[in-house]
Amino acid sequence: MRASGTSGGRSILIALASTVLFAVVVVLVVSNAPGWPEVQRQFFNGGLFRESLGVIPEAFFLNVRIFLIAEVVILVFALVLAILRSLEGPVFFPLRALAIVYADFFRGIPTILVIYMLGFGAPALQISGIPRDPLFWGVVALVLVYSAYVSEVYRAGIESVHPSQAAAARSLGLSRAQALRFVILPQAVRRVMPPLLNDFIGLQKDTALVALLGPVEAFRQSQIEVAANFNYTPYLVTALLFVLLTIPLARLTDWLVARERRSRLALGAAR
Amino acid sequence: MRKLHVLALTLVTLVALTAAACGGDEEPEDAAPATQATVAEPDPCAKDQLNLVTPGQLTIGTDNPAFPPWFQDAEGAPWDPTTEPTKQGYEAAVAYAVAAELGFSDGEVAWTVVPFDNAFRPGPKDFDFDINQVSYTEERDGAVDFSDSYYDVQQAIVTLKNSEYANATTLTEFDGAKLGVPVGTTSFDVIESTIQPGEDPAVFNTLNDAVNALKNRQVDGIVVDLPTSFFITAVQVPKGKIVGQVPSETQEYFGLVFEEGNSLRDCVNEALAALRENGTLDQIEQEWITDKANAPVLG
Amino acid sequence: MTDALRVEALRKSFNGTEVLKGIDLILAEHEVVCLIGASGSGKSTLLRCVNLTEPVTSGRILVEGEEITSPRVDANRVRRNIGIVFQAFNLFPHMTVLENITLAPRKVLGKPKAAAEGEALELLDRFGLADKAEEYPDRLSGGQQQRAAIVRALAMRPRLMLLDEVTSALDPELVGEVLGVIRELAESGMTMLIATHEMSFAREIANRVCFLDAGVILEEGPPEEIFSAPANPRTQEFLRRIIEAGRL
Repeated sequence: MRASGTSGGRSILIALASTVLFAVVVVLVVSNAPGWPEVQRQFFNGGLFRESLGVIPEAFFLNVRIFLIAEVVILVFALVLAILRSLEGPVFFPLRALAIVYADFFRGIPTILVIYMLGFGAPALQISGIPRDPLFWGVVALVLVYSAYVSEVYRAGIESVHPSQAAAARSLGLSRAQALRFVILPQAVRRVMPPLLNDFIGLQKDTALVALLGPVEAFRQSQIEVAANFNYTPYLVTALLFVLLTIPLARLTDWLVARERRSRLALGAAR
Repeated sequence: MRKLHVLALTLVTLVALTAAACGGDEEPEDAAPATQATVAEPDPCAKDQLNLVTPGQLTIGTDNPAFPPWFQDAEGAPWDPTTEPTKQGYEAAVAYAVAAELGFSDGEVAWTVVPFDNAFRPGPKDFDFDINQVSYTEERDGAVDFSDSYYDVQQAIVTLKNSEYANATTLTEFDGAKLGVPVGTTSFDVIESTIQPGEDPAVFNTLNDAVNALKNRQVDGIVVDLPTSFFITAVQVPKGKIVGQVPSETQEYFGLVFEEGNSLRDCVNEALAALRENGTLDQIEQEWITDKANAPVLG
Repeated sequence: MTDALRVEALRKSFNGTEVLKGIDLILAEHEVVCLIGASGSGKSTLLRCVNLTEPVTSGRILVEGEEITSPRVDANRVRRNIGIVFQAFNLFPHMTVLENITLAPRKVLGKPKAAAEGEALELLDRFGLADKAEEYPDRLSGGQQQRAAIVRALAMRPRLMLLDEVTSALDPELVGEVLGVIRELAESGMTMLIATHEMSFAREIANRVCFLDAGVILEEGPPEEIFSAPANPRTQEFLRRIIEAGRL
């Protein structure tokens, strides 16, 4: 029997070596492809990259503003929808049905369509008092669509809290609303933070759709640069910006999941 | 021993992949040279000497839909290049005129849809040239080759008739105006560099979206080339008005777009020069782009 | 003097299956009654009906003379005065022990935070948990969690305490500390209805023992009578099995 120490070290070495080998081969294959010089010029142009860095980040702030505003509204509105869906009793049936229809409809319809129909359709009605601002309607469209998804996430969270928690809370004399507010929801939200953050990351990228209505956000700005120069490198800059934004959020999600798992394991063990 | 086998297999596979990649040296085939009857040097712009995607056929690209007055179908509506070809419209007429100059009959002209972004993507093109109101700029010239001008273009501002900007006579009167453009047009640069209204311009995916925004009063005006502005105010937005042309220091022009280094470009330039000299281009302009004088130049 | 608890002809069905088949039970003030019986005999169901967690199918329940099964009754108000502790401790995991205990007094009774915390700490101290006040439930042992759950129920100053097999989920060495708490409560005069498997404990603290079997109270009486000389053959059978298992 080999001692596990030496075999562990050897497998690491083999893994490392094969990874490096693979990377080298990929680089060789790509750089020796006949079309590579042109692809490099069209996608990886250093000068244009630097130039775009001077223009696109500013437009990116619009994306950031959009998703910060939208996310706050989504978190609240989706919670309302989830609570409506959880109301029990025949007298609340219309509200429950409304919440179900809403979630089905706005998860089914493509986001682009909602943006177009609201962004161009609503102002076209020419009803006085209805705002015409495309940014407003873009955010509204994103809120309507994403709240549908997030409300389902909340619902999953609420239903994952064991009914004995609700029973314990009600037994102390707490009303249904108080039990929901102080006992169920805090636990539910903690549990679904990872999927909530997932939806948030998706929202960040969908902010680019607001450009359909006119506002120049990062993707549109890079499109303008691309068309002006007949070169795709600016797209790379935008892609990089989005990825750089996503990475800290993804790590945050991982950390939250790990923390939640630790505390739940501990709770389960103390029986 | 099993680990060694896996490693060896991986190595062999990777080497095979490398060999395959290096071995793929496919260059696009040029048109086969025809047999020559004479001993003298062949005319590089003879029809059978041209560098074509499909020998014997002139493949021209444009976007879908193609808007009047550049292209139109039998009913005067925007044209779909996947349907029956049309000779109606300024760019349609120019394209067929150039084809004829080069020696192609109408039947030897084929059309293909080339969305704007595809005109300059890397790799061999599937068109001989693209005609789509593409303005020449130095930056763009780095990625493709342009022909000489087939239309000298002016930019114009279109507003609604009851807009506060409808009666402006100078550019400064557009201070604070929210202007819109379709993406990818030089109109965007015109707003930023010449008009300078102080408000960020709105940029739309398509011309239709920009026109919609104008109708919804989500923008105060849109900036498009002058011929397109005629189409807009005549057909799409009857309540619209061409406020005037935007003056510019350099003359902007539309060029046909070629793959970089395509020798066909020089032959087409010769054809364009001939068409300009014999008045064909003027004639086409008279037929399809009217009332140029009725749009005043803004101060 | 009104009875602390009065159950009259209580019936309870779940989806057509009748679990409680006519229960009559009276608890006087300061009485401690233990419910014994096999699993599935209906002990938990009875307790959950008393605290209105389960709606009754037919029959009446009166707490201090008030009919709580009447449709016009505010169930939340009724539950304030009845404390219940479950087999699974059901502490709220996202709150500290102190927060667990003060939640209901503050939000339901409207007590100011300082007052609620003061009273909570007193109770925790009385039951030996003062040093755990700022801990989260996952840091407590099973016995500590159960004692905390009892304190949480007591913080509402209920007139009646219901205990549902509160030691059944505990490791044997932790059972004693919880029984100690219950013993102290009984000695301080709390009216209690206790469902339990701990027969020796029941014999020790109960004023009366009720044997529940298949949804009815087959036999009830003082512990000496029930445990030493049960009249009903089913009771005898049940106790014989308990003794054989070494639990009495």
